[in-house]
This record gives sequence, C-alpha cells and structure tokens, in this order.
Amino acid sequence: MATVGSGKFERSTSLLQDALAGRRLPRWGVGAVGLTSLLAAYLLNVLTVVDGVAGTFLVAVLLFVIGQTGWSFTVEGRRHAVDRLATTTVYAAFLIAVTPLVAVLGTVLVKGFPVFSAQFFTTSMRNVSPRSEGGGLYHALIGTLEQVGLAALIGVPIGVLAAVYLVEYAPEAKSRRLSSAISFFVDVMTGVPSVVIGLFIYTAFILTLGLPRSGFAASLALAILMLPVIVRTTEEMLRLVPRDLRESSLALGIPRWKTILKVVLPTALGGIITGAMLSIARVAGETAPLLLTTFLSQSINSNPFKGPQAALPTFIWDQFTSGTDASRARAWGGALTLIVLIMILYAGAKVIARLTGAKKS
Amino acid sequence: MAKRIDVADLDIYYGSFKAVENVTLAVEPRSVTAFIGPSGCGKSSVLRTLNRLHEVIPGAYITGKVLLDGEDIYSADVDPVNVRRTIGMVFQRPNPFPTMTIRENVTAGLTLDGARRSKAELEQVVEKSLRGANLWDEVKDRLDRPGAGLSGGQQQRLCIARAIAVEPQVLLMDEPCSALDPISTLAIEDLIEQLKLNFTIVIVTHNMQQAARVSETTAFFNLPAIGQPGRLVEIAPTEQIFSNPGEQATEDYISGRFG
Repeated sequence: MATVGSGKFERSTSLLQDALAGRRLPRWGVGAVGLTSLLAAYLLNVLTVVDGVAGTFLVAVLLFVIGQTGWSFTVEGRRHAVDRLATTTVYAAFLIAVTPLVAVLGTVLVKGFPVFSAQFFTTSMRNVSPRSEGGGLYHALIGTLEQVGLAALIGVPIGVLAAVYLVEYAPEAKSRRLSSAISFFVDVMTGVPSVVIGLFIYTAFILTLGLPRSGFAASLALAILMLPVIVRTTEEMLRLVPRDLRESSLALGIPRWKTILKVVLPTALGGIITGAMLSIARVAGETAPLLLTTFLSQSINSNPFKGPQAALPTFIWDQFTSGTDASRARAWGGALTLIVLIMILYAGAKVIARLTGAKKS
Repeated sequence: MAKRIDVADLDIYYGSFKAVENVTLAVEPRSVTAFIGPSGCGKSSVLRTLNRLHEVIPGAYITGKVLLDGEDIYSADVDPVNVRRTIGMVFQRPNPFPTMTIRENVTAGLTLDGARRSKAELEQVVEKSLRGANLWDEVKDRLDRPGAGLSGGQQQRLCIARAIAVEPQVLLMDEPCSALDPISTLAIEDLIEQLKLNFTIVIVTHNMQQAARVSETTAFFNLPAIGQPGRLVEIAPTEQIFSNPGEQATEDYISGRFG
C-alpha cells in the first residue's frame, strides 16, 4: 500500500513540476538562432539570387522569425511560440521606427559637422562664390532667430488666448457660433499647405497693402502656421486641469480671470510650453512661405522690418541648389545648425516648464 | 463673525433639468448642519448654491432665495466673488493647487484677491490658518515644499487651512472625509468641533455616523423617484433625526431599510 501510494505521489509531483515550469529553450537559444540566420542569409547571398545588404538582412530577419518561432513551437508549445513571435515583431517595429530618425541625425552630423568653424557662425555669404569654400550662415541664423521669435511673439499669445476662450468662456456663451467657428477654422488651418499661407501673406501684405518684403512678413506667415498647433495643444492641456481646482479657487473668492491666470494656466503650463515648442520647431524649418515673403539674401540684415532677410531653411535650399561641393557642405552645416537650434530651444523650454509648472514632491 | 443662512423655496436647475425643488431650511450660526441622503438627491447641489458656486456650471441656475443674515446673496447687485469670500468651501477630494508650495496654497485666497499685504501679515495668516487646521506642527519645517507632496489627510487639512485663511463667516464642506482613511477622518472631525466655535459649518456626508457625531442639526434629502427632482424631507436636531425621525422615509434611510 505504502509503496504504491508514494509512487503515485512522486509521479504527480514530477507532473506538477512539469506543468508549472514547462520546457523552455536554452538561454543561448535566441543568440544561436540569430547567428544561424545571419550566417544562412550570408550563404544565400553568396550562392543564390539574394543580393545587397538590405535584402540579405531582410532574409536574415525572416529566417530568424521562422526559426525561433518553429523551434519554440516544438519545444515550448504554442503559447510561448506566439509570445516570442509577438516580442520579435514589437522589437522590429521599434527598430524600424527609430532607424530613419537615427539615420537622419547621423547623416546630418557626419556631413554637417566638418563645416563647423568659428568663421561659419560669424560670417555671411556676401561676396562668397558658391564654388569657393568658406563663408557662413551668420545672416541666416540671425534671420531665423528673428523671424521665428517674432512669429512666436505673435502666434503664442493669440493661440493660448483663443484656447482659453474655447475652454473657459465658450461653454457658457449664449450662442455656440463663435466657438464652433474658431474650432472649424483651426481644424481647416491645420491642413492648409504652408506655401498657401505664404501666398496669402504675399498677396495681402506685399501686393495689396504695399508693405516691403521683409523678415516680418515671413514671421506673419509663420505665426499663422503656428496657430492651429498652439490652439489645439493648449485646449487639450486646459481641459486636463481638474474642474475641482477651478472651483476651489473660485470658492476662495478669487475672481474668474485671476483663477485662469494664476491657477489654471500655471497648472497646464508644462503642456502649453511643449505645444508652443512643437509649433516653433515645425515652423523653424518652413521654406516655402519664406521664399514668398522675404526671399533670399546673402548678406547680414538684422532688421526684420526692412529688406530681404536670410533664414536657415532658405540658406540650406540656396546652398543645395548651387550644386557645388563647397555649397553642399554648407547646406549640411545649415541643416545641423537648424537641428541643434531647435534642440536647444526645446531643452530650454523644458527647463522653464519644470521651474514654473506643477511641483512634484 | 459667524452668520446664519436662510434658504426659502429654492429650486435648482441644470439647464432644463430640475435637480432639486422646494427647499426651505435655516442654518444656525456657530453650529454644524449636516446634509444626508442618497446619491443624486441634490444635497451637494444645495450646498453649492449657498456660495453661488452652482452657477459656475454652464446652464445652471436657481430660483428662490438664499439669505445670509437676512441679505439675499442672489440679488442683482451682489458680486458672487464677495459671496465666496464670505462663504468658504472644502471639496470632496483634497485639491491643493499643484503649482504652489504649502505656504502659497494657504495664502492663495489673499494674494490673488488683489489687495496688497505685507510679508509679516501673510506669515501670521499662514501660521494662524495652519494651526486652525491642526496642520502647523506637521508642516512648519517644510512650508516651501509643494502642497501636493503631503498625504491625503494632510492635503485635506491644507485645503481647510486655505479656506479659513480668507476668514469666511461660513464654511461649506462637501463630503470632506470620503477620500480619507479613518484616522484622517477623525482628525478632520476633531477640527470641525473646534471650527464651529468660530464658523457656521454645513457639511454634506454619506456617513451617517459622521453626521451623528459632528452635527447639531441634520437635514435629510431624498429622491421621490428616478428622474424627479430631489426634495428636503425633513430638517431637525440631529438627536431627533436619529432617534425619533418625523418621516417614514428618514427612518428607512438611517436604519438601512432604504430602497
């Protein structure tokens, strides 16, 4: 009796262990499948029609997916096989998404950095032929900073105030006509191509009102381009501020406008700044509206209200279309400068948001 | 300092929906009045009409009269901002302003109302209000830390300190303990005992033991049926409501035989 009982007991223990732990691929399994796939893909490259780096790599990935899932299915069972397949897919999707980003940054860095020098940042392209080396983008840097700065000065307050109206005041207005009109046009503006906005400023301000081509005309176009992004993000951020917070401020006898200014806006500030920065980053790279409103310039013009002004995007375009080795190198340098500039602005805005926004303990 | 409130023939609307009808009650100064009743019966709505916070919701309005020491707070020449300065409020969930420090939270009602005050004066207010809310000893060394870093019970007491810093006559509390643990609840209830020496207090609560513990007068609200406006069933001294209620509905509710 006793021996039979203990025998049964032993068997059930081992079954239980089996059921809980299951059989897994060895630790080195993933690496082994990966190496084998790469090796097999390389062999296929040498021996058969599989050709090129990208093609070979694609074949390797396919072999890896099939090999790992198949092996896992026979050893570990269906659930683990599906898990491994899904994991591989997620990682692959992530890599596919990140690759272009890294590639762009890497290319711009490698091609742009060699041009960087003190001279590159302190001189203009005045009297520098496209063929010769040297010259710089000081004029374009000044132009972009002034135009984008002016655009932000015009666009950010209007956008934030429009969003404040939409969230704080529109719901209790007698008629919804104004707020739905604002919402509708903000949506439409999101889809209007930037060249059309440039054309609008060109016809409205330069042809009709007779204003000169200037950096200011460009910043008007950029401000219009910024508006929809700022309105939408600010609106979303303001809606995230809990109703309780507004009510407890009002319940303290704090007037409405001060509640919005001192409680609601500071609480949403981090998101509002992020939205403003995104819109600034978006318009800083716009080329088409600049060509229509301020066009090109090879010399330093620090007055945005008078005469053509250079900017980084038009500088890049101009240098690239000149088509010489020297000018193409300058175009890459301009691109790298633009990216670095936006990164600096973004980091600065994040610091400001952290210092002034919601405090964490 | 404390004032009495008289409500007469109050109907409360959200747009075309009538949420509460025909409420008439009196709140005595320097006492605690508790509003009890099932969810959706309109007790919070009634509370929010007492400091004109109800009308902040788009489309919301009332008919009837709310008198503060005989003065109609809904008459046309009354500024709701002044009403709210006189009648403070504490909310269900603790909600210190997230962008402000503990000190700034307490003085928010004073620094944001426009009048200039000296630093020393504000310091006094901070200490007095935090002591009044039984929070001073716990936070006096970290007044410049964010208010959001406190525990839930401390945050709620910070909100009470913020509300009493503007020296209101009346303090409205909308389920102030429903998000707190029993120990924090006890701290708030002790605080209510002290506060009623100086303030008129109206508290909405789902906790009938709490109403029995802290209040002198209890008002029972009920919904006659789904979709109909809530009504005030009866208002009487708390002892009477819990031992010998005048209405069958009240007895059913407090004895748990409701619904």
